[in-house]
Amino acid sequence: MKNTSDVLIVGSGAIGNAAAYYLAKRGLSVTVLEKSACVGNGGSSRNGGGVRQSGRHPAELPLAMYGVKNLWPSLSDELGVDVEYCQGGNLRLGKTEAHLKILTGLTESAVVGGLDMRMIGRDEARGICPYLSDEVIGAGWCPTDGHANPLLATLGFYRAARRLGARFVSGAEVTGLHKIRGRVAAAKTADGETHGFGRAVVAAGYDSRKILSSLGLDVPISPLLLETLVTEEAPRMFRQMLGTAMADFYGHQSSHGSFVFGGTHGLEPYFAYGEPRLSSFGASSTCRGIVGYFPVLRDLKIVRTWAGWIDDCADHIPVIGNPEETPGLTVACGLSGHGFGISPVVGLLLAQLAAGEETSLDVSKFRYDRFRAKV
Amino acid sequence: MKNDRVRDFGEYVPAPDDDLIVCRCEEITKGEIRKAVRDGLFNVHEVRRFIRCGMGLCQGKTCARLVKAIIARELGAPVASLSDATGRAPMRPMEMGVLANETGL
Repeated sequence: MKNTSDVLIVGSGAIGNAAAYYLAKRGLSVTVLEKSACVGNGGSSRNGGGVRQSGRHPAELPLAMYGVKNLWPSLSDELGVDVEYCQGGNLRLGKTEAHLKILTGLTESAVVGGLDMRMIGRDEARGICPYLSDEVIGAGWCPTDGHANPLLATLGFYRAARRLGARFVSGAEVTGLHKIRGRVAAAKTADGETHGFGRAVVAAGYDSRKILSSLGLDVPISPLLLETLVTEEAPRMFRQMLGTAMADFYGHQSSHGSFVFGGTHGLEPYFAYGEPRLSSFGASSTCRGIVGYFPVLRDLKIVRTWAGWIDDCADHIPVIGNPEETPGLTVACGLSGHGFGISPVVGLLLAQLAAGEETSLDVSKFRYDRFRAKV
Repeated sequence: MKNDRVRDFGEYVPAPDDDLIVCRCEEITKGEIRKAVRDGLFNVHEVRRFIRCGMGLCQGKTCARLVKAIIARELGAPVASLSDATGRAPMRPMEMGVLANETGL
């Protein structure tokens, strides 16, 4: 097969696949190259499935709100697979006055950005979710947040893009991008093949850093190991996405009844990048967080735990755009662990950027060259 | 291994045992697995993530080999060319309360 296409996408995660779908829908020829033998094998298939607007950086909030308003509600119909989108709201819980202060700050920032979010007290929180520990004294409440199934959304975008004619090649690691007469126009893979294109989209998570460095671009992202777990099935208990002021755990009950929970333990930066492997304290730390807020779940059984890498950006918001010094290149990386919920909208923006259209939202706050030294 | 996903499987020919339940925990049939492969899900990992075979209480301890063989046959590839689903802790389902007790490194 001839290795040329209108757009070459590096990375078949939720965002790369969404971009492939929206580009194929525009009638462009698309090739997606994936390093792994498996499509969507990175953070896209390993996250907690949050579709949150609350708790977002002010720059990122418009993307999250656009997705919840315009893309998530119809995504199952659009992709022809139930992505289990559930708009059950988000409760961010607090047990102490210090927690409430953090939650109030997050709520005020979200309200300034136009989000329907407010602080609620103990009784109202328990009215929304009756299973909370008595220790919970308040919460930040965003009724339009929710969750979805990241496996189905990521592979759903892949399947839909493939049906529209997008060519996907897995086991194809891009080692570098190359300019021809000043324009980014070719990619080389580890097995020595060359792919030509009108435009490249790099959406390769942490690996984006190495790929972009082949063009002299550097973005300050580093890999963090995040761990997630899933329980046995339980009867339907609640529809909300859950989190805490201290981010010690987050999660939801999925459509088939299992609870999916992630959490942080504070040692995420101290693992060597490579095949993601669980640490010895991740699952137990997350379980302590869960049991502390939901004692009723104490006897529910964990059936599986896993880990994945996030690409954490220096200021914890992504890099999205067309860098001026590398014509022919579109970038989305550094999603910093909150990429899944905005993956459809970022995919749409990438398609618009790559197709030369005006973007639905302003992406100037996500410029690749926004980073400055502290002195 | 490089895998170009552009592939024409031809027309789907129903098999007499397509209704056979292969993954008992999640009640996934042979026909559902075959159709998933034809839908572009070309290995054990993608198939299980998409249709949940091997994702239930036993985590595929019962059906993993059968699922792999069905995928290989549908792809027309040797079984040995497919990797197994990753084994994940815990080995048996374990209560959150028990896991929460583990505080040492």
